[in-house]
Amino acid sequence: MKPETEAELAEIVSRLKEPVRIVGGGTGGILEPDAELSTTGLSGITLYEPGALTLVAQAGTPVAQIEKQLAAEGQHLAFEPADYRELLSTTGEPTIGGVVAANVSGPRRIQSGACRDFLLGVRFVDGQGMVIKNGGRVMKNVTGYDLVKLMAGSWGTLGVLSEVSLKVLPKPETTATLSIQTNDLDLAIQAMSKALRSPFEVSGAAYDPEQGQVYLRIEGFSESVDYRSEKLRVELAEFGDISDNSNSEALWTEIRDANTFGGMEGDVWRISVKPSDAPQIVAKLAARKTLLDWGGGLIWALVPSGADIRARLDRFQGHATLVRANLDTFDSLGRFQSENAAISALTKGIRKKFDPRGIFNPGMMG
Amino acid sequence: MEMPQPNPEILMRKNTVLARLRQVLPSDAIIHDEAETRAYECDALTAYKCPPMLAVLPSNTQEVSDVLRICHQEGVPVVPRGAGTSLAGGALPTADCVILGVARMNEVLETDYDNRFIRVQTGRTNLSVTGAVEAEDFFYAPDPSSQLACAIAGNIAMNSGGAHCLKYGVTTNNLLGVTMVMMDGSVVEFGGAFLDAGGLDLLGLICGSEGQLGVVTEATLRILRKPEGARPVLMGFSDNEVAGQCVSDIIKSGILPVAIEFMDRLCIEACENFAKAGYPECESLLIVEVEGSEAEIDSQLSKIMEIAKRHDPVELRQSQSEDESARIWLGRKSAFGAMGQINDYMCLDGTIPVSSLPYVLRRIGELSEEYGLDVGNVFHAGDGNMHPLILFDANKPGDLEKCEAFGAEILKLCVDAGGCLTGEHGVGIEKRDLMTHQYSPQDLEAQMQVKDVFDPSWLLNPAKVFPLSVSESRREAQIAAE
Repeated sequence: MKPETEAELAEIVSRLKEPVRIVGGGTGGILEPDAELSTTGLSGITLYEPGALTLVAQAGTPVAQIEKQLAAEGQHLAFEPADYRELLSTTGEPTIGGVVAANVSGPRRIQSGACRDFLLGVRFVDGQGMVIKNGGRVMKNVTGYDLVKLMAGSWGTLGVLSEVSLKVLPKPETTATLSIQTNDLDLAIQAMSKALRSPFEVSGAAYDPEQGQVYLRIEGFSESVDYRSEKLRVELAEFGDISDNSNSEALWTEIRDANTFGGMEGDVWRISVKPSDAPQIVAKLAARKTLLDWGGGLIWALVPSGADIRARLDRFQGHATLVRANLDTFDSLGRFQSENAAISALTKGIRKKFDPRGIFNPGMMG
Repeated sequence: MEMPQPNPEILMRKNTVLARLRQVLPSDAIIHDEAETRAYECDALTAYKCPPMLAVLPSNTQEVSDVLRICHQEGVPVVPRGAGTSLAGGALPTADCVILGVARMNEVLETDYDNRFIRVQTGRTNLSVTGAVEAEDFFYAPDPSSQLACAIAGNIAMNSGGAHCLKYGVTTNNLLGVTMVMMDGSVVEFGGAFLDAGGLDLLGLICGSEGQLGVVTEATLRILRKPEGARPVLMGFSDNEVAGQCVSDIIKSGILPVAIEFMDRLCIEACENFAKAGYPECESLLIVEVEGSEAEIDSQLSKIMEIAKRHDPVELRQSQSEDESARIWLGRKSAFGAMGQINDYMCLDGTIPVSSLPYVLRRIGELSEEYGLDVGNVFHAGDGNMHPLILFDANKPGDLEKCEAFGAEILKLCVDAGGCLTGEHGVGIEKRDLMTHQYSPQDLEAQMQVKDVFDPSWLLNPAKVFPLSVSESRREAQIAAE
């Protein structure tokens, strides 16, 4: 099923008899259930106003098309939507609806915000075929409840997105990356915290334990980038030699996409924690390979297939999401960490209201 | 503004409810005397007043939980109240309600600079959150003009913004977690000192829900390191449309100022009399502020001033000192108070796409003549959040009604231009009946279904946000169930 208008989408949904999986470009690798409802027929940028920093696009619009149009005006999606095709060994073309549904946010999350922070409005079709809009295309809007946030990261379990509006930002003129060599995770976290505590607007802070490198990104107008890089070198002198990395763009794309795990055997997890907790969490994980982003607040981990990371971490403060595994493991461990009884009851209650027949991506979120 | 009739059954049981509340709260935390409950009869939307049946001032989450459990069992509506600074009537009581004020809950519970967050009780004022972290050169970014008085609880309920959210975002972008008490008294934690927990974004849903889903007692807030410096530049123009074009050109140029504020002649004069900020005499004024080191500020401002020069400004002046900057901002943040010295006023809060600025301003001018009421415009131009202030005389019969009709037309104009009814003040009772202009019945139904899940008995802050006729069946189902 591949509707080409919102009205057609609503019509199809109202007549659905069986559960469907909602698919944009198919790059998320979701395989269940068999029946597929594709949003790729709903494609195109509806409105773009560079002077108002807003863009409205149909849900099935390829992210690449949006990025190209923004680049022509020197703007971009500041939350850095990732491209997980290499990580997940999938093909297809990432769509903006998929990005929003999964609230996909890259390294700049710590400075600029997540996808949900840039989402200004949504239109979607609920489980009974009703077309619902919330939010709009302006940056400040507190009119009624914020269903926009609710839809971001709901993985299609509340409705099928038909259109999204986003805040966009000027693309930085220059990017610099400072590298610090250390094999000590504690020190790496301390260095990133110190950088993020500074007034020098670090827009990326990652640590690659394999390379033993801390990476710090500084963006903006070139004279400002030079100035802040110099200040940071002084601020972080205690952590040893600091070198410039000449390959900023490729480096941060790799961190964003976590493509270093692509093709490697095992499950991949994404764990959100308080940055200073990262060393003890990583120690408990006993992972084959890790990568830390968000100043230590995001841990990517590769573990043997089927390993139950949540059991290893035992009631930690944070959230562990299974990103890549075989179907059996997804079935037994669940993609998302189970929530406490109160939150679980609220979540189920909301899903029951928005999708009373349980036809959208069943089993995806609890 | 119509409010539902108080439920006589509840009013008759006042003493029973009072006796039960006395079992869980110290006596000085309960206000029941009719003369004293009057202190809670309104918020900053003073045109509407109604003393509550009772008011309580709990000191911690446990006491809030006890109060809500009792009210839930007794079927008594509860209106949560922060500092009572809502301009939309968000904390307006009903005669049969218990006001739950969080003002006594103002402790800092935890500060963590390495992980860049603070956890506070929500009765704490916005500015005193920054006050608690200032010694380490940190600050809490959302800065509503009422920040000296307004409470974090109210900021979360209304998803408050401020002048500097062009760069830093509004409350929801700076909120990491909350402790919330549900109407049945259960205590639930949402989010925490980490980013983007999996599962549905209930935290994002709670923020801006106007106290209708639960009472937030504790909040984990993102704190940021202060920039090395900041400096505003004043730009005067002889025409509103030209000022609007200048805003758009600045944004398109790739520079992102932390704030772009707009004032028209009426506001400029009122604010200048009030704050002696040295505002120029002109039709429209922009205050554009940038941050960074001295050299970074110089370089950004030179780019911005280059753009401004192309629009023939009648004045173009950088602040020369911290004192001057403070006065420039004092003037802007005192705009409502300054206008209040001229006359009674109603403050609107619609948002429009920045591109519609010239059209909407022109149309407001035309409407002003039609209604015969003066309007001053002051707003956050970078994000299109307008605050037209309509002047009227509360003592003149019919003036308030005329002002409200004029205000409603302006807000509809904002919606029709592609914007919304409220950018940062909230719907409350004030914009409740206009919701059908922005949202379809299905859109409103989807929102009300969320309330059904969190507060099935519709006891929390009833008669707000949704038009009375739209929420009637749900509210009455509750009364029938008693």
